[in-house]
Amino acid sequence: MSIGIEHFLTVGALLFCLGLLVALSKRNAIGVLMGVELMLNAVNLTLVTFSRFSTSERPITGQVFVVFVITVAAAEAAVALALAVSVYRNRETVDVDRINLLKS
Amino acid sequence: MNGAGPSIAFWVLAAVTLIAGGGVMLSRSLFHAVLLLILTFVGIAGFFVLLSAEFIAMAQIIIYVGAISVLVLFAILLTPRAGRYNGETKMLLPALLLSVCLAAVFLFVIRDAAWPTVTAEPHFNTNQLGEALLSTWVLPFEIASVLLTAALVGAIMLARTPQEEAEDALA
Repeated sequence: MSIGIEHFLTVGALLFCLGLLVALSKRNAIGVLMGVELMLNAVNLTLVTFSRFSTSERPITGQVFVVFVITVAAAEAAVALALAVSVYRNRETVDVDRINLLKS
Repeated sequence: MNGAGPSIAFWVLAAVTLIAGGGVMLSRSLFHAVLLLILTFVGIAGFFVLLSAEFIAMAQIIIYVGAISVLVLFAILLTPRAGRYNGETKMLLPALLLSVCLAAVFLFVIRDAAWPTVTAEPHFNTNQLGEALLSTWVLPFEIASVLLTAALVGAIMLARTPQEEAEDALA
């Protein structure tokens, strides 16, 4: 059985939905961040798949976009984890249900 | 992509990636979740090799497996009293519903759309990627480097303790 674009896209879509589930449902802020990383990885997989199977004249553009996504993901992870450490220092928790200072 | 080799590679990688991804959701310990997340990253890197994107695969290994997972592990170690419990909030059921619906929509689209695809193997190499990055996409490339610097300086600022900030103010 030959492997086509649909197979890779299916893995990417399922991984994205898993990441969404983790990001929306986890109690720990670091767990939420792991869900976001999963979603970014799924999108990268989809972009590289389209780049590989694209009929465009310059399919390498898809990989260029993945480089940017990885850069922004690294920046996002650094800032988010610094925020988690900072919140923990002030509140002694990273439970997203208990970080509710702005709740009236 | 024909032949037994790519097929076997695809199914093994798909199984590893999706099972490890599911493990991130299901594992009760945050440490186990991070280790499974690293396995997912490695599986994705395997997919990149299979899709003839070698540079992206190497970047994935170095940045995700090397840097980001160490960062996540550090964040877990620096929040000791917050617990290692990787449980869910009350939003689990709505989130599950949303994810399943989204997955169903994606799968229908993927199955029914007529994707125009090349039949021949493309000839990608890192040279092409480097040329594209430093000719057509040089401006976004530079902006991305500025963004990365700003974000890392910001991360250091955020993670400092009040004592360190006071010392810096005196100096």
